[in-house]
Amino acid sequence: MKNNKKFNVAYWLVTVVLLAVGAVGLYWRLTQGHRMANYGQLIVWGLWVALYIYFIGLSAGAFLISSLVYAFGVERFRPIARLALFTALISLLAALLNIWFDLGHMERFYEVFSRPNFLSMMAWMVWLYTAYSILLLFELWFELRTDLVRWSEKAGLSGKVCRILAFGSKDTSTKSRARDTRTVKILGSIGVPLAIMFHGGVGALFGVISARPAWHSGLFPLLFLVSALVSGGGLLLAIYAFLAPDRGSEAHTALVADLGKLVLGLTLLDVLFTFSEYSIALYGAIPGDVGPLLKTMTGPFWYVFWIGQIGLGMIVPIVLLAWKRTNRNPNWVGLAGFSIVVAFVGVRLNIVIPPLSVPELQGLVEAVPSARMSTFYVPSTMEWFLAMGIVGLALTLYALGYSLLPVKPNKETSHG
Amino acid sequence: MPYVPAVMEMENAIIRMMDDVQRALQKPPSERRWGMVIDLTKCVACDACTVSCKAEKKTPPGVNYTVVIKEEVGTYPNVRAVFLPRPCMQCENPPCVDVCPVGATWKNEEGIVVIDYDVCIGCRYCVTACPYGARNFDFGEWYTENTPMLEPYETAPTFEYGEERVRSEGVSPIGNVRKCNFCIERLREGLLPACINDCIGRARYFGDLNDPDSLVSEMLRERYSFRLKEDLGTNPKVFYLS
Ligand code: SF4
Ligand code: SF4
Repeated sequence: MKNNKKFNVAYWLVTVVLLAVGAVGLYWRLTQGHRMANYGQLIVWGLWVALYIYFIGLSAGAFLISSLVYAFGVERFRPIARLALFTALISLLAALLNIWFDLGHMERFYEVFSRPNFLSMMAWMVWLYTAYSILLLFELWFELRTDLVRWSEKAGLSGKVCRILAFGSKDTSTKSRARDTRTVKILGSIGVPLAIMFHGGVGALFGVISARPAWHSGLFPLLFLVSALVSGGGLLLAIYAFLAPDRGSEAHTALVADLGKLVLGLTLLDVLFTFSEYSIALYGAIPGDVGPLLKTMTGPFWYVFWIGQIGLGMIVPIVLLAWKRTNRNPNWVGLAGFSIVVAFVGVRLNIVIPPLSVPELQGLVEAVPSARMSTFYVPSTMEWFLAMGIVGLALTLYALGYSLLPVKPNKETSHG
Repeated sequence: MPYVPAVMEMENAIIRMMDDVQRALQKPPSERRWGMVIDLTKCVACDACTVSCKAEKKTPPGVNYTVVIKEEVGTYPNVRAVFLPRPCMQCENPPCVDVCPVGATWKNEEGIVVIDYDVCIGCRYCVTACPYGARNFDFGEWYTENTPMLEPYETAPTFEYGEERVRSEGVSPIGNVRKCNFCIERLREGLLPACINDCIGRARYFGDLNDPDSLVSEMLRERYSFRLKEDLGTNPKVFYLS
């Protein structure tokens, strides 16, 4: 209990700092536009795009794991299924905010709906994740409905919020719950191909760009899906291992270990995919393809690859999740998940930035005397601040939802 | 000595090209196919085209519709400099067009790839898709910012696409992607693109590729030409003579 309190204080402290810093970033972004950003004419996408695919990956991954339960009936993971859905929703929000601030004309985002060009993977992606967000909202609502109704009786804020979110629904009978369960199953089943399409679509968004050989690979959509599952799984693992109310119980330990096994398997698959992508490109040695990879591995940000992507993203979790002495201890297993969550920021940065850092024509960078035409990019203070603010907002909403809504992983909510 | 086509002995290539433009303008737009020919043996890398484009379009810092790439080949004493002016290639199959999520950029009837600044959301996807680095994002910067006042050459209206626009904070084309449009607004008035007029080495030529009598068609018939990254299938309409 005491520990819990300490954690809460630390959590809110960090969140408040992030929000404050984010407010500064937001002010700069809104008053100065893109002038204070460090991306340029060559590396036209930066931190925000990387974070966008990071969060959207977390969302798709968490959603697909919830679908194991809702669509495929893998009851083992039932206790965390709601949490997974809720995590998917908050991550999606963080993703959309990141990409929205990245637009040159934020006020025109609606054009993607009013005049879409369906030859563009980006238009597809927007439409698919719009469908996905609607589905996600409905699925979560039907899943929570009976509990929302029940919780409406509670005194205090939680009761009020649940009453509002119940939208006048009153029925808590087993029959209505059974109906909800069926609806959730249908929605979850539709959601699986949808999540695969939209996240594969994010991979394809990069994959179709023949002008950037390092992106132009048929493996990209698949790589995105696998890494979404790994990062989403890692996040759930960390949250469940460290925050579950039933921590310390045998059931908790066992479920953490099982979830760990799932994440281990996915991580190994990710190793295979990454190796395949990198080794083929390196062997081919086409400059536009191999240049970004060499930059990733030996350039000024080599550590993002070796320490982040390989170390924290693969070796640490694989060891912690495979080794007998750690893989049944919720703390170590949770740490493995956390390690993945951190590492994948690096994975996403490495997907977006190095492939853009090699000029399309040799000598192009030298031909343009401008700081914007550079093969080097580090995010500016404004970019960091705004991104931190978005993370702060996500943490706020997450904590609020976690404490006010019936999404916590526990026995009570675990059976239909 | 590079081969000098007969036309070079003509009094004035500019006048000939302007006649070509006039002739093309008589035809319905869909029958014209504007193209550029750049004679690399005559480019001296003076960047007059770069500057003339800057002056014509009043582009801000970091935004360059045409640039001249300069490279040294070989090691001393066996060195040679090669120069490559690079405008937008006005690809017949422009990869930048397909990727635009809102259809803000397209190839018009005359084969010029244009951008509608009032539609473009500034996502910069097209910048990543152009294999020639021809697209630029307008970050909203000024040459004379942090001075007592912005110089008039930065705040004067531009007439890109025939629309009068004054650049200012948060207003298009700031926040949009911009690129060479073969000076479509000048063509409509019978003028050549600015860089063609101002090239001091007479390395740049312009005209209707569909017209067999145009200077560009004639040059392409008589000289060896190549285009950049032909293997990508973009089918550029900027040809290089070497
Ligand atoms: S050169 Fe680039 S910007 Fe111009 S048409 Fe081709 S792909 Fe588009
Ligand atoms: S930056 Fe503008 S023109 Fe380019 S793809 Fe995005 S919306 Fe289209």
